Amino acid sequence: MGSSDAEAPGARPWILISPALGAVGLLLVVPLCFIAVYSFWLRTATGSEQPGFYLDNWIEVLTDPFYRDILVQTLRIAAVSTLLCILLGYVPAYFIARSTTRHKTVLILLLMLPFWISYIIRTMSWINILGVSGALNAFLLWLGVISEPLQILYNEGTVILGLVHFLLPFMILNIYVSLDGIDANLVEAARSLGATGWQAFVEVTLPLSLPGLAAGSLLCFVLGAGTYVTPMVLGGPRDAMFANLVFEAVITQLDWPLGSALSLALLIVLGAVVMLYTRYAGIGQLARSFR
Amino acid sequence: MSVVAKSAVEKNAPLDVGGLRRMAGRLVSGWSLIRAFTVLVYLFMFLPVAVVVLLAFNANQFGSFPMEGVSVRWFVALWHNDAIVRAFRTSLLLGGLTALLSTTIGVLASLALVRYDFPGKVLITTALVAPILVPEVVLAVALLLFLRWLEMPKSFLLLLLGHVIFTLPFVVLIVQARLVAVRRDYEEAAMSLGANAFQTFREVTLPLIMPAVFAGIIFAFTISFDDITGTLFWKPGGVETVPTQIFAMLRNSISPEINALGTVMVVATVAVPLAGAAIVRRMAAGLR
Repeated sequence: MGSSDAEAPGARPWILISPALGAVGLLLVVPLCFIAVYSFWLRTATGSEQPGFYLDNWIEVLTDPFYRDILVQTLRIAAVSTLLCILLGYVPAYFIARSTTRHKTVLILLLMLPFWISYIIRTMSWINILGVSGALNAFLLWLGVISEPLQILYNEGTVILGLVHFLLPFMILNIYVSLDGIDANLVEAARSLGATGWQAFVEVTLPLSLPGLAAGSLLCFVLGAGTYVTPMVLGGPRDAMFANLVFEAVITQLDWPLGSALSLALLIVLGAVVMLYTRYAGIGQLARSFR
Repeated sequence: MSVVAKSAVEKNAPLDVGGLRRMAGRLVSGWSLIRAFTVLVYLFMFLPVAVVVLLAFNANQFGSFPMEGVSVRWFVALWHNDAIVRAFRTSLLLGGLTALLSTTIGVLASLALVRYDFPGKVLITTALVAPILVPEVVLAVALLLFLRWLEMPKSFLLLLLGHVIFTLPFVVLIVQARLVAVRRDYEEAAMSLGANAFQTFREVTLPLIMPAVFAGIIFAFTISFDDITGTLFWKPGGVETVPTQIFAMLRNSISPEINALGTVMVVATVAVPLAGAAIVRRMAAGLR
């Protein structure tokens, strides 16, 4: 307020923000409206599109068991990955938050590194480890435990593994931000009032870290459920996720109306999760991890 | 203190004087368990990538274990692979332009959001951050469909616009956070000394938020350089970025060449931000 008000900003903020608004409007909002409209069009037998208001695509998306199964599978994979990220991520986040400043800097810098390392490389790196001629099989063969290489790759388990590997830094960072903001005096107060270390953790630290845990979970779930590449690289033919269906419909079959309905369905499901989250936590928590 | 001791005694009935010491010992071992777990998680995050780098130097023709000596032949092969060199050039150009555009737009928007009050601000802030939460596939399909409706073919421009919309939220979040921390007094002082709004921005505000601008540039570049899903949807036929090139090569099977390419990427994407961070730190130190 203050000076900027006195100076009567007038049109200036609008000029400053118009390029960003224009970008988001033209490249996000309008295109989203387009898929909404397109999802009610129809693809004719000749491959052209019939404008109009047809519910055929939506009926197909909502009733075809094939799509329903893959939607359930997608949500399951994302949920399991998120849960594993919580289980694997909480302790390191706690460790970082309780470390001395110097260690903290190093640990956080290391945590940021995976963000910089290409996602496709981190995903395919597991082929080197779990593949038929990968490190694990080579090791087991060398030990003599097995005589034939094991088929470990290309199933739902390895898709989840790849996702956890990709999502874990997001989770740790979000939990850490929450833990780091907790006033250490609160824990000490609990201890001095007779709580054991564990009790103090359960009664004080854990509840206060829930906002970060929730933000991390949301991020992991949404990113996980929208994945296209991980199932392509680490999954088998039956481990397709919803994004793969969208790609298949749009790029391979050129069925734009169906592809629009499918992507809108994904957006609505994940949007509902985000809504649920913002109702309880507010969008601000997500922004905090960037400070 | 006495309460703690008492509760400990109540919990572990057969404790004697040594009990307290043992309890302390358990606390320490609890901490070391936490540390051991943390080390394991960090190993989980980095070991697979380390294996990629290791295998890139593998002399073995199939790029698998056991290693048969050290060789740089796969890096040489990369250098002579036209498709890969071309993909690198595309990625660098795309990342550079994305960073430039996205950061410019993002800084202007952040200035408006932090320095001015206007109706609809909350809604606009949400809209600017929204692309983070829209699944990449949905965004990709939507933009592709829109351009198709405009009868624009897939092009480098589409890739660039798409990458800008992916990276813009990150730039806005980073720059906004920094801008909030910059006190307005400096700007007001410059204004009262007769500087106009643009001079104030160029001479006072911009230098103060330079670390965040730099961070925004690096962030935008790296996200663009690393992007694969949107790029797979948008890229015109025959154009590959480094990630889509790797993805295409993976169709056959994993080869030592992919590992070598991965190593180059790791070095590039890790070294660039680290150098950037060093520069930012020096800038921040210079400001103090």
